[in-house]
Amino acid sequence: MIQTPQSYEFDKIEMRQVYANTILELAKNNSNVIALEADLMSAISTNKINGQIPKQLINCGIMEANMVGVAAGLALTGKIPFLHTFAQFATRRAFDQLFVSGAYAKLNLKILGSDSGVTAEHNGGTHMAFEDLGLVRLIPNSHVFEVSDGTMLGYMLRKVEKEYGIHYIRTIRKNAVKLYDENEVFETGKGKVLREGGDVSLIASGIMVAESLKAADLLHKMGIDATVIDMYSIKPIDIDLIVKYASKTKAVVTAENHNIIGGLGSAVAEVLSEHCPTRMRRVGVKEQFGQVGKADYLKEFYNLTVKDIIDAVKELKIK
Amino acid sequence: MNTNLPNLETFRDEIRLMTLKELHQLGFGHYGGSLSIVEVLAVLYGEVMKVNPRNPKWEERDYFILSKGHGGPALYATLSLKGFFPEEILYTLNQNGTTLPSHPDRNLTPGVDMTTGSLGQGISAAVGVALSHKLSDKGNYTFSLVGDGELNEGQCWEAFQFASHHKLNQLFVFVDDNKKQLDGLTKDIIDPLDFEEKFKAFGFYTIKVDGSSLKQIYEAIEKGKAQNDKPVAIILDTVKGQGVPYLEEKENNHHIRPNQEDETAILAAITQLENKLGKAVT
Repeated sequence: MIQTPQSYEFDKIEMRQVYANTILELAKNNSNVIALEADLMSAISTNKINGQIPKQLINCGIMEANMVGVAAGLALTGKIPFLHTFAQFATRRAFDQLFVSGAYAKLNLKILGSDSGVTAEHNGGTHMAFEDLGLVRLIPNSHVFEVSDGTMLGYMLRKVEKEYGIHYIRTIRKNAVKLYDENEVFETGKGKVLREGGDVSLIASGIMVAESLKAADLLHKMGIDATVIDMYSIKPIDIDLIVKYASKTKAVVTAENHNIIGGLGSAVAEVLSEHCPTRMRRVGVKEQFGQVGKADYLKEFYNLTVKDIIDAVKELKIK
Repeated sequence: MNTNLPNLETFRDEIRLMTLKELHQLGFGHYGGSLSIVEVLAVLYGEVMKVNPRNPKWEERDYFILSKGHGGPALYATLSLKGFFPEEILYTLNQNGTTLPSHPDRNLTPGVDMTTGSLGQGISAAVGVALSHKLSDKGNYTFSLVGDGELNEGQCWEAFQFASHHKLNQLFVFVDDNKKQLDGLTKDIIDPLDFEEKFKAFGFYTIKVDGSSLKQIYEAIEKGKAQNDKPVAIILDTVKGQGVPYLEEKENNHHIRPNQEDETAILAAITQLENKLGKAVT
């Protein structure tokens, strides 16, 4: 088990810098790695590595549907395409392309969806994806991850390069709360237990992992001990771990920067209802579209705060 | 023309015959848009493309991506005649459990290079294949075929901009300009205006040919190969239902579920082609 961070400090390196650095490393080590962008290179910092891998970093312009199709064509000839754009363009905008040209054709595509949920901030409702995890989860044999810090992002990028299939990684662009040491290992289909407690299990992904840890600190002071799980692998999901902690704590709260339909909360509810019916609450976005605002304001608006997690635990009347 | 035209004419007739026979066996299907691409398939697979039926995934091959996936039956007839799979398989078209679905699936059928059918998508994949070969300094050609109706899809024009920007001169885009789409004439649904002018404006080396002329199609490909800084668009002036006069005349010939009159005409066309090819009438 990881030590709970004593303080919840942001990592010094931004997630986008991790992406650019890792793509540069992968491209230099493997000439088959081709990174594709849709006119958001300067948003994700790949513009800083452009000159170093000119034949392996292609700006496709503002045409996401074509970018997915071009990636499929590259994959047909053995290349390993990494595609990046904002999460809603990577999924909502190009869904049929991802589904048919990518997954149905059984091709090898790595997709980074950035600016997840409320972290799209001032780009507002058109750019705010609360549905992307659900969309990609619906695609047969897809792999869906939401990364919570830079160590994990770098690890997962290196990992998916070596695995075949459709891999979708959801991330924020800027600094995440640092959760993991550089030597941490992340497996597909596994969750990470970050804190042990016998009264309730908080299962979270992305930015809501740190919020859940903070909630657990406060719950402890209220006499409620919470387990906190970073469920970065949303598909496949860690059924054994969910069942183990649901059996132990008898109560589960999920927390996600995403619609509660389709994402982590749905995935956990599906596991519990089939394997270990357990009282649960889902913290997340409910029947709403995005809007402009700073992330802190938006977290409050959409009920994605530490307080919302604690309220959900209280609703379950654990003690 | 430095090619054996009589052999190509025979191959064309065989593709048309087998396309009719597999659709007739099924009882319904995309007759119109399958028949209008027979000539270009005959030239590509009969003369132009490097393929290996014993090793469909041969890395040195030229690629063919049928972006207008509903033309699948004509592609299957061609691949079967080339020896990618036995003739009997053709008669399983669209049946339960078949390896020949109405729209091509690269994971089911030997020789099919890309899964297509959701219109506008195959062309992007073709662009990706051509880009890949260019990045790796390989000489493989990528041939792709889009429908005139399919060009309603905005994704096609995204792909053309991309191909032109990256100077993908080993990419050939054939347009099956048969003037009809499912609901009627293309000019009545979304007027395509002048494809030749549009492709030129998008930076393509563009040639318009009679899509029923093997010689013109072949010569256009040769001209396209002779230049090295642009992707190539070959506009095929075709007729939906091409090569079967009765079907050419039929108004709604995109997808046909034959009535008695259609049935008689289709059987007559099959018999006529069999006689021409010297095959026993069965």
